Amino acid sequence: MNLVARDLVLSFESSCDETSVAVIENGNKILSNIVATQIKSHQRFGGVVPEVASRHHIEQITGCINDALKEADVTYDDLTSVAVTYGPGLVGALLIGVTAAKVVAWAHNLPLVPVNHLAGHIYAARLVEPIEFPAMALVVSGGHTELVYMPEEDKFEIIGETRDDAAGEAYDKVGRVLGINYPAGKPVDELARKGHDTFKFPRAMDSDDNFDFSFSGLKSAFINTVHHADQIHEKLSREDLAASFQQAVVDVLADKTDRALKEFPVKQLILAGGVAANKGLRERLTKNLQAFKNTKLELVPLSLCGDNAAMIGAAGEMLYRHGARADATLNADPGLEFEWLKDEEK
Amino acid sequence: MKILAIDTSNKPLSVAVMDNDQLLAQTTLTTHRKHAEFLMPVIEDLVKKSDLAPADLDRVVVADGPGSYTGIRMAVTAAKTIASTLGIELVTVSSLLNLALNVQKDNVLINPIFDGRNQNMFTGLYRWNDGEIETVISDQHINLEKWLHLIAEYDQQIVIIGDTDSFENDMRSALHSRLVVGQSLEGIPSAAKLGQYGLSQSPVSNVDAVVPRYLRLTKAEADWKKLHPNEDTHNYVEKV
Ligand SMILES: [Zn+2]
Repeated sequence: MNLVARDLVLSFESSCDETSVAVIENGNKILSNIVATQIKSHQRFGGVVPEVASRHHIEQITGCINDALKEADVTYDDLTSVAVTYGPGLVGALLIGVTAAKVVAWAHNLPLVPVNHLAGHIYAARLVEPIEFPAMALVVSGGHTELVYMPEEDKFEIIGETRDDAAGEAYDKVGRVLGINYPAGKPVDELARKGHDTFKFPRAMDSDDNFDFSFSGLKSAFINTVHHADQIHEKLSREDLAASFQQAVVDVLADKTDRALKEFPVKQLILAGGVAANKGLRERLTKNLQAFKNTKLELVPLSLCGDNAAMIGAAGEMLYRHGARADATLNADPGLEFEWLKDEEK
Repeated sequence: MKILAIDTSNKPLSVAVMDNDQLLAQTTLTTHRKHAEFLMPVIEDLVKKSDLAPADLDRVVVADGPGSYTGIRMAVTAAKTIASTLGIELVTVSSLLNLALNVQKDNVLINPIFDGRNQNMFTGLYRWNDGEIETVISDQHINLEKWLHLIAEYDQQIVIIGDTDSFENDMRSALHSRLVVGQSLEGIPSAAKLGQYGLSQSPVSNVDAVVPRYLRLTKAEADWKKLHPNEDTHNYVEKV
């Protein structure tokens, strides 16, 4: 019998195309993490259709709650708090999780903790090992590419972000040109491993004196190369195209991260988000980090890179301790962002 | 039996708490379409002011559509989660039927209308029979012209309520003096009437499976279905 009081968060995630509910013990142990994915449905349309996503979330939500409690072998009475993603994401999708979480908090008189989806991605690292501060996170996903500096556990400060497409978005668009359906990250990564960087696509902003990214130029260069070859009936190697694209993405992400680590020495670098599952990126950062003796690399495990509620519970427990609370008026905030690092802190 | 009734199908928000058919508390707002922000605070407030705790509730009655997609999703998500998390009964009622309950008149046909844009409407036809409301033509998303065709065969007076503005002139040209435009208050849903009606209905057997009554596919799905007429559209969501 466990005599120590357990802290149990029931957490919700529904910002895009996954409905997920989890139970997290003491902020770092997954008791359950139910994920209902809609990928198959949206593959019909070649990408996520927001109205379809909302409709699927509502089909899944209560079933996911029941499964999460059952698998964790807990009841509502055992819970300490409810945590929920309230942004960023698709508003109609977010609202399903937010509404369900508000209901559960009200019905069982539990505190409600609002969680930024990206804080969730970063805090997935905590489900493997404690995060040490100051820390840096490179968050790369279908909707986001940013470098986040964390001086303390509840402080998230953007030091650089994409000026146009997110890395994952670029993968999906390039995938389409290669005849690969959404989500294209994994297949393009696999294809890239069989080819070589023969096309030398541009590395946008790589030498700029900031930590921002840009992928639209790379995407256009890729598309132009393929279209030009089509016009003169030349057949290009899909493997080399994928490898050249991936190399350009990885170079920019890794170089900017290197520069950030030099300016902000941290104890840990966390690689998080859906694109963090990319093998090419994981290998490159592992190699680069050898030059930073005092910085430990924390690769979020593949199973927790995609959207899931376990990561929201991990961040939710931390935010709860720091007093974050929402009431019944909590709304979805589709454009929610971390604050930029203030100049005087640099 | 303590009942919580919710209708946020369109711009108005209406919530009521009932003890059987006795109204304990009701709030109806028509000014904002801020259901995401207002729905839960209103529910909390009314349950509390009825001297009840959430656990005292026995049944949730929800107007599950048709209506604005976001509106019906807010109500249905709240209602099914309340029923599921408290382990209580859930009754779903057509939002059009709930509006029809406002017209307490015999020997007329009641025609609630929600604007579906571009001369389309979400609508149905109802009448009272021996104190019970009954469906004459079931709810559907339909073009005005086709609807006029459907209702042409009835010779009773037709009372239109709800989003009547965009349709009134065309309907009058077709129905002449048979058309009666309902009073504006009859076009606003009442959660108390919804709760009272829901008292007599049987609860759903599977709360988890409840989804809004959209009555219309998304455009993406409709286009896709045209290209894939025989595809099974179930099982698109997988637990991983
Ligand atoms: Zn994400």
